[in-house]
Amino acid sequence: MEDIKLMKGNEAIAYAAIRYGTDGYFGYPITPQSEIMETLMAEMPWETTGMVVLQAESEVAAINMVYGGAASGKRVMTSSSSPGISLKLEGISYIAGAELPCLIVNVMRGGPGLGTIQPSQADYFQTVKGGGHGDYRLITLAPYSVQEMADFVALGFDLAFKYSNPAMILADGIIGQMMEKVVLPPYRQRKTEADIRQESPWAVQGKLQDRKVNVITSLELDPAIMEENNNRFQAKYRKIEETEVRCEEFQCKDAEYLLVAFGSSARICQKAVELAREEGIRLGLLRPITLWPFPKKTIEAYGAQAKGMLSVELNAGQMVEDVRLAVNGQTKVEHFGRLGGVVFTPDEIIAALKEKLLKP
Amino acid sequence: MELTEIIKPENQVYGKPRLMNDNPMHYCPGCSHGVIHKLIAEVIDDMGMEEQTIGVSPVGCAVFAYNYIDIDWVEAAHGRAPAVATALKRLNREKMIFTYQGDGDLAAIGTAETIHAVNRGENIVIVFVNNAIYGMTGGQMAPTTLVGMPSSTCPYGRDVALNGYPLKIANLLAQLEGACMVTRQSVQTAAAVRKAKKTLRKAFENSMAGKGTSVVEFVSTCSSGWKMTPDQSNKWMEAHMFPFYPLGDLKNTE
Ligand SMILES: Cc1ncc(C[n+]2csc(CCOP(=O)(O)OP(=O)(O)O)c2C)c(N)n1
Repeated sequence: MEDIKLMKGNEAIAYAAIRYGTDGYFGYPITPQSEIMETLMAEMPWETTGMVVLQAESEVAAINMVYGGAASGKRVMTSSSSPGISLKLEGISYIAGAELPCLIVNVMRGGPGLGTIQPSQADYFQTVKGGGHGDYRLITLAPYSVQEMADFVALGFDLAFKYSNPAMILADGIIGQMMEKVVLPPYRQRKTEADIRQESPWAVQGKLQDRKVNVITSLELDPAIMEENNNRFQAKYRKIEETEVRCEEFQCKDAEYLLVAFGSSARICQKAVELAREEGIRLGLLRPITLWPFPKKTIEAYGAQAKGMLSVELNAGQMVEDVRLAVNGQTKVEHFGRLGGVVFTPDEIIAALKEKLLKP
Repeated sequence: MELTEIIKPENQVYGKPRLMNDNPMHYCPGCSHGVIHKLIAEVIDDMGMEEQTIGVSPVGCAVFAYNYIDIDWVEAAHGRAPAVATALKRLNREKMIFTYQGDGDLAAIGTAETIHAVNRGENIVIVFVNNAIYGMTGGQMAPTTLVGMPSSTCPYGRDVALNGYPLKIANLLAQLEGACMVTRQSVQTAAAVRKAKKTLRKAFENSMAGKGTSVVEFVSTCSSGWKMTPDQSNKWMEAHMFPFYPLGDLKNTE
């Protein structure tokens, strides 16, 4: 029988993490994602799967715990919300520079500064354009349902380990807090030391006689070697861009106009598409699931046939820049957003579509 | 007697530790880091823990510690070594984990990570090299720079009105329940080196016995940063550092 439960997106992350065979979670409380650590602490997975859960003294400490755990080949994760993610960025850059796999969850809230605890998508730039220092990329998954919150734990870890790169689940307060039915994934075994030595031969597990020392570092003072390292990262990023793009299309085939939206915005846009079609507007929705790698090719292809695109985001216009780059002038691309924790209604989206694209 | 007759294994009374490799060290002449590295390498080898030990190197002069001691290493961000070590130990309970940190790393940018790792009683060893200056970045003021002591960012000497007082972080850490051992050692004489080695071994044994955190501070010199010869540095350290940072155990739980 399927294991169907009703729960919040944040709780789904916690249960999925335990079931995935995660070795360690390190976090610091912040709204709207505190249920992740609260659920883990209540479940006490250290007594069942052996998963370590630790409340750190700060987000800075938490991400560096993740760095340490990942260095030893373990499946480790952290979660936070916008202000806390800002603090983690130094650590994320180190993790990317040392080519370590890990999972980071950002349940976004409105900013800048302490901002608001209400939902927002204003950390798009921070996540997909860098955020931390240096030329690195973060594999970014944008869930739009509680089910995807659960599913993307495994997907995020799998991609992180496949490419030795940090992965992020970029959710927002709506997805974190809303309750839906969810089918939890099956239990997986945690890796043994022997598994780690075999599958992650770079991991620090203690130097046995049969190998050289392992050193996890992002430091290289010789610019020629550092350039080589960067070229290696870039080659990996190109490969990810080629193979890991995920994008969902709703009623796009016959669409004259397209909405482009991710996460909770896409959820609201689905309703807008329905309402627009009732009015006779042939509207569709493109939903990037991976924000990096960005679904450039799909958007480019639709750009050639659509009369216009509206990038609908809970921010002042961030993803729209990537949509415009992909469309490359083939059609008109506009942005509609609400800011500071305010969420748009489907009607507002349709009104914006009419105002920005349909008006003669 | 010929030289070849003298140089025989059975006559050898001292050698380079097995775990120290032949990479040329980047440390300046007279620097304490080299001796402290040697002690760590010897203790790990003496304990037979080479295959179980993971070191965490800092940002500071010892950032390249991983180039010299042949064990697995993680290079941490500036100040974050205790957090990195926390996860390494919690997720790999049977391993022996230590951090190696300078005073800027441990007592300025990483103060929070240090205090909280010790307060949680993480079963790790923290090796703390206090040379009262930022060596790597060229001799700027450290949290441990003595009052009146010059550095490139307090060229006329540390002024309390401007910079506050030097931080006796070991005294602070000794107050924490999670610490089982907090001690100050030095390596400027053969006797001090022998004593320091014993202490270091005890610290590593504590970590494997699950007793909590052991902090071994080495009151050290930085000839380049202090702008003195190695010999002058040692004398200056004895005359000025030792009175403010007295050697000995601040805490040593049996
Ligand atoms: C976030 C960050 N800030 C500043 C630096 C620059 N930096 C490198 S080493 C160092 C100070 C090191 O001094 P200390 O910890 O006392 O070690 P020492 O070099 O004296 O052994 C600083 C400030 C850095 N690498 N990272």
